[in-house]
Amino acid sequence: MREDRETEARFLSEVWARLEEVPDPELDEPITAMGFVELVSLRDGGRVEVDFRLPTYWCSPNFAFLMAEGIHREVSALSWVERVDVRLHDHMFAEQVNEGVNGGRDFHEIFRELSDGTDLAELRAKFEEKAFQRRQECVLLALRASGVPPETIVAMTLDDLGRLVFEAEDARMQLPRYRTLLVARGLARFGTDPAFRTWSGAPLTADGFADHLQRLKSVRLNMEFNGALCRGLKRARYHEHTAGDEEPTLVDFIRGRVPARHAGAAV
Amino acid sequence: MYKTPDGKEIFVIDAHTHFWDGSPGNQSNIHGKQFIDCFYAYHTALSPSEELWEKPKFEKYSADDLYRDLFVDGPDDMAIIQTTVLRDFYKTGFGCIQRATDLAARAKDRFIVNGAFDPRDGEKALEYIHFMKETYDIQGVKLYTAEWHGDSKGWRLNDPAAYKCFELCEKLGIKNMHVHKGPTIIPLNKDAFDVHDVDYAATDFQGLNWIVEHCGQPRIDDFCWIAVQETNVYGGLAVVLPFIHSRPRYFAEMIAELLFWVGEDKLLFGSDYAIWTPQWLVEKFWAFELPEDIKQERGVDLTPAVKEKILGLNAAKLYNIDVDAMRAKLSQAPVSVAAE
Repeated sequence: MREDRETEARFLSEVWARLEEVPDPELDEPITAMGFVELVSLRDGGRVEVDFRLPTYWCSPNFAFLMAEGIHREVSALSWVERVDVRLHDHMFAEQVNEGVNGGRDFHEIFRELSDGTDLAELRAKFEEKAFQRRQECVLLALRASGVPPETIVAMTLDDLGRLVFEAEDARMQLPRYRTLLVARGLARFGTDPAFRTWSGAPLTADGFADHLQRLKSVRLNMEFNGALCRGLKRARYHEHTAGDEEPTLVDFIRGRVPARHAGAAV
Repeated sequence: MYKTPDGKEIFVIDAHTHFWDGSPGNQSNIHGKQFIDCFYAYHTALSPSEELWEKPKFEKYSADDLYRDLFVDGPDDMAIIQTTVLRDFYKTGFGCIQRATDLAARAKDRFIVNGAFDPRDGEKALEYIHFMKETYDIQGVKLYTAEWHGDSKGWRLNDPAAYKCFELCEKLGIKNMHVHKGPTIIPLNKDAFDVHDVDYAATDFQGLNWIVEHCGQPRIDDFCWIAVQETNVYGGLAVVLPFIHSRPRYFAEMIAELLFWVGEDKLLFGSDYAIWTPQWLVEKFWAFELPEDIKQERGVDLTPAVKEKILGLNAAKLYNIDVDAMRAKLSQAPVSVAAE
């Protein structure tokens, strides 16, 4: 019995870890950090159900689709998972998104009437660029804040990036995420390659440094606007209490977010 | 009017207000419920806690509530009521030009009522624009491109049918186009917050003023770029301004960008009443100063003179209001709750 419980807790924890890899495309923040995932349930035969909901009924269906698809893809990647059922709730196109994603149908098939015949490639690329820019800005600002001059920053290499340690929490989080996209896009391959380029591959220069930061800032201003609204709207929509008001649930224990005073009660 | 702490009287035009009925009795379907619920979420998410309303009042407030919140307890001298119809979601319209006009009758000088049309109605839209001009003498319209109608989940400003409407507006002297860029659904494979249709329409209709509500957020970069290119593009601060309370540093960054790109002569105050009430917004805005580093970075400042433009003088120009004359006129008819 105890063993079963331990296995279940481990499986749940694995699912949550995968879900952290799914970003809200508009915000480049994990859907778990945004609080979009409500529930993960394990069923017999390696079946996993993931319930999620968004800040409003009107959240753009293509963003919702990308998230549902991301959930399906990430959770399916676990070796013991046989089947994933993603359930989006309280959304104008919940039914279409759920049927499509769980049935393995692509976006184009589900939303034929509402799209102009092409798929989501262009949209994905756009969001990927913005994510890259936001992550890069965070790293650049942290470097600047620690007194590193622009000419040194623009001369940094991928190896240098690996040696950086930041104090600030956001920079600590964004540094590896920036590196991931930098390498994934092939903007830096070897340790001696420059650590900072624009999305289209141009190297940064000391002269253009301030202008480059301004451009990145405007990208962040957009993303922060939506991020702040999404958090606020979601809290308002579901009448959520502020963190710490509620008794922790199993999920909180698994994810290590239980304050010390409760820890003794852990299963 | 808003009286500053040092006694200066500031003329306030609230360029974005609503007189809606989102109550369950007026909702046609789940979409109507979800729409007002979403507005209420905006209200609760960004208001200071002492400004929060109960849901039933938020769904349907009275003409007295509006009058008191804007003019008696609030700092507005004048308010522009925007009409957002949402006819597929609400039985008698979420907003309704006749209802707003009846309300405005109690203090004619204080209100400007804007109309609305749906280009997807084709010829009927053109007839309706004529009707609004003749009946209500409108000077502007609210364009809500994300509105659903039948199978259609929205329209774009550069649709041919929309252009026919704009041609007519220009001919009739309906000059102020308040564009609300809500998240649009079609085409679904594209960015839901794209604002580039504003660019086409503003280029092709130089004689019209394009006031983009909430400054095109969350595409403020695209909006700023368009506003630099087009001399007839303005930014409405509804939704942007409430961040002054919850995230002041972030608000400072946004307003600095807007001042740098769009400019101090082209930004308009709007409370988006009843999502937010104007008193706290204007108080906080007047007291707000840009942090030194942000000022330096962009070389802009939010001086009292700039604030005065944003709070009323810019909108006065768009609506041909002689501020001194209007001040004098309004002082002859002081506001009071009993005024009917």
